[in-house]
Amino acid sequence: MSDATVPAHRVLGLTDAEYDLILDKLGREPNAVELSMFSLMWSEHCAYKHSKKLLGQLPTEGPYLLMGPGENAGAVDVGDGLAIAFKVESHNHPSAVEPFQGAATGVGGILRDIFAVGARPIAVLDSLRFGEPTGTRSRYLLEHAVGGIGHYGNSIGVPTVGGEIYFEPAYEQNCLVNAMALGIAPHDRLTRAAATGPGNVLVLFGALTGRDGIGGASVLASAELDEDDADKRPTVQIGDPFAEKKLLECSLELLDSDLLVSLQDLGAAGLTSSSSEMASKGGLGLDIHVDRVPLREPGMEPFEIMVSESQERMLCVVEPSKVDAVLAVCEKWETTATAIGEVTDSGHLRVLQGGEVVGDMPVPALVDDCPLYDLAPEKPATPTYPTAPRALKAADDDLQATLPELLGSANIASRRPVFEQYDWIVQSRTVRRPEEADAAVLTLPDGSAIAVSIDCSGRRVAADPYRGTVEAVFECAANLACTGAEPLGLTNCLNFGNPEKPHVAWQLTESVRGMADACRALDTPVVGGNVSLYNESGGGPIYPTPVVGLVGRLPEAARAGRLGFAQAGDAIAVIRAASPSLPASELAKLRGDALPDGLPQQDTGALRAAIELVRDAVRRGDVRSAHDVAEGGLAVALSETALAGGLGASIDLTQVGGSTCQSKPLDEQLFGEAPGTFIVSGSRELLASLKAPKGVALAVSIVGEVGGDTLSIAHTGGTLSWTLDELRTPRERGLGDLLDDATRLDD
Amino acid sequence: MRVLVRPKAGILDPQGQAVERALPALGFEGVSQVHVGRLVELEVADPAQLPAMCEKLLVNPLIEDYEIVSIDGAPAASAAGAAG
Repeated sequence: MSDATVPAHRVLGLTDAEYDLILDKLGREPNAVELSMFSLMWSEHCAYKHSKKLLGQLPTEGPYLLMGPGENAGAVDVGDGLAIAFKVESHNHPSAVEPFQGAATGVGGILRDIFAVGARPIAVLDSLRFGEPTGTRSRYLLEHAVGGIGHYGNSIGVPTVGGEIYFEPAYEQNCLVNAMALGIAPHDRLTRAAATGPGNVLVLFGALTGRDGIGGASVLASAELDEDDADKRPTVQIGDPFAEKKLLECSLELLDSDLLVSLQDLGAAGLTSSSSEMASKGGLGLDIHVDRVPLREPGMEPFEIMVSESQERMLCVVEPSKVDAVLAVCEKWETTATAIGEVTDSGHLRVLQGGEVVGDMPVPALVDDCPLYDLAPEKPATPTYPTAPRALKAADDDLQATLPELLGSANIASRRPVFEQYDWIVQSRTVRRPEEADAAVLTLPDGSAIAVSIDCSGRRVAADPYRGTVEAVFECAANLACTGAEPLGLTNCLNFGNPEKPHVAWQLTESVRGMADACRALDTPVVGGNVSLYNESGGGPIYPTPVVGLVGRLPEAARAGRLGFAQAGDAIAVIRAASPSLPASELAKLRGDALPDGLPQQDTGALRAAIELVRDAVRRGDVRSAHDVAEGGLAVALSETALAGGLGASIDLTQVGGSTCQSKPLDEQLFGEAPGTFIVSGSRELLASLKAPKGVALAVSIVGEVGGDTLSIAHTGGTLSWTLDELRTPRERGLGDLLDDATRLDD
Repeated sequence: MRVLVRPKAGILDPQGQAVERALPALGFEGVSQVHVGRLVELEVADPAQLPAMCEKLLVNPLIEDYEIVSIDGAPAASAAGAAG
């Protein structure tokens, strides 16, 4: 176990200065219970001590906002008296240790955040990052993480409607598993977490408490923990979706019956963080009797009970007269419930065992007094990330072979092998399934719908943290626009390396600035999110990965856009707000090109105008398909559109507008990437009526016609042509083939 | 050979809990500490390879313990209680 010469606070991740501050706040030495609780509440995960100052830049006000950052989940108004609550959260480290349970409990955790605010979960999306799929470890992580997500989501009856997966060497040592959930609630059921009313009772309900995920705090037991004492070791968290389903129904019935003052889920740092945050928000104190907490295993120490991360538990505050009614509802749902403490006006969080105080801390010291650090950002002088070797077999001038190979590459190939393991239609709200439209679309009772997208290209953020993050936000908005939806609110999960390193600090600072500017440019508030730092082990930091989840609304579910060509004879138009470029693109990566230092300058006004033009066209029914051009550029997007509709197209590349497009080399025109580019199809007259607003640098050009069973692209030097089968085979089989190759290498 | 796989002590065992709740509902009283694992039966030419097979495929050593017994019931090897 730990070296006896290292003080416990350092092993728990507290600096000497932080420990001195704790001494000062308490006026004495903390005991084991207090030290373990401080170490968790003052961790990056709970205190955001390296990111809080930056996060203040993000806009958090908007016309549809009902509940902003600081609650278990944010919520926006979707009309008809209904609200949508949503949030994204990381479960990176547990997933690296045990991918199946790590990803499963990640889904369980984010679902609890949703029903803790009184919303019924209606959808899950996942954002996953792994090393190259040719590696056996990446394949293992992918298969088990996807299995865990499916296991939890499918079992509890919440559809997994979308997500994204990227494979990059930078995630080899540190996979990312981010889960987003959405829930629906009548406005008046939205619930906050603040504990109020001294004398009110604290009730813990749900699963029993065991030694799950105690992690670093187990050092406090080191005196008693020797090799024969495996029973006392912290254990991997195991998800139990059926227990969560009962917890969900129980929580919503308690709220509907108006039995609760407030409700909070237990996540990271367990009872410690949920209780102290409830007390802090209410400006009150709490007494917790750990000997009343129902335990799964005997002999747990008070500190273990306070920091346990056992899943499927909730904490609520109840008026004394309603406790019996609360316990009765819990019994109906076969959910263990116990009164474990009281709200006090002491301003202290006290932990009691057998009536004896074993921990006593001022709530503000735990929650608010953690020092916040300024970052020391510095742009790195030399490239941070090694350049991967060339993986593309097609020669640079063989564009005929390049497109099929690109369509079968890891980041572009169809995600069908993954999403077909998920139930995406349970609850019967899903009107656009994965790969049918650019965003998932879920219908609301009044006939309108919400659309949701999750996205971030870490490689482009690595090339340019500011512009890469702006792109990620606009990419989500573009996805929404293709279904006809207008953004209402944004959630994010900032996955970065160690912020104490200057170049990571620079990535984080620039990325948050980019997110703030992009949100302002789109008039979209951030409703909440999550920060996951220190994602580096062995091979250096991950690509900076500010995952963006965007929720929007469209007036008519029946008019939600699709991405595939719909009708032979339709005209095809390209809407373009920026010129494509190859550096940092998918093709450049596969060719083994180094990451550029910076992405091209962006005109956010033009990007927004492109998004609005497409959204309005979809809403009016002027276009029969709409697809945003992303990884792999125009040629890949045209292939996706053709394959999704089962219809070919003939395109005249020389008609694609935009002042600088035509002067670029052919490979850059075909495969270069840029935000704000769309392919739409529909009747020639209606497409001809699509006009960019005056004074905006936005090109709208009719470039071809839908029909046949080939995709042909005429350019100044000739014509490239592929049958749909030549495109479909690599796109459909690419991911499966890559994973199979990894299996063979393993043998 | 038989490999007996069981959830590690202390880890959440939803199957065991479900059985523990279901038995009293059927009138069987006095049941506690139910744990549900699984049994793998296999013939192997070289039983010395079994622990490696367990660690790599048959068992998830993060959350499960295992015990190898020959088919006549004599214990052959066990990883119960071993450091995870």
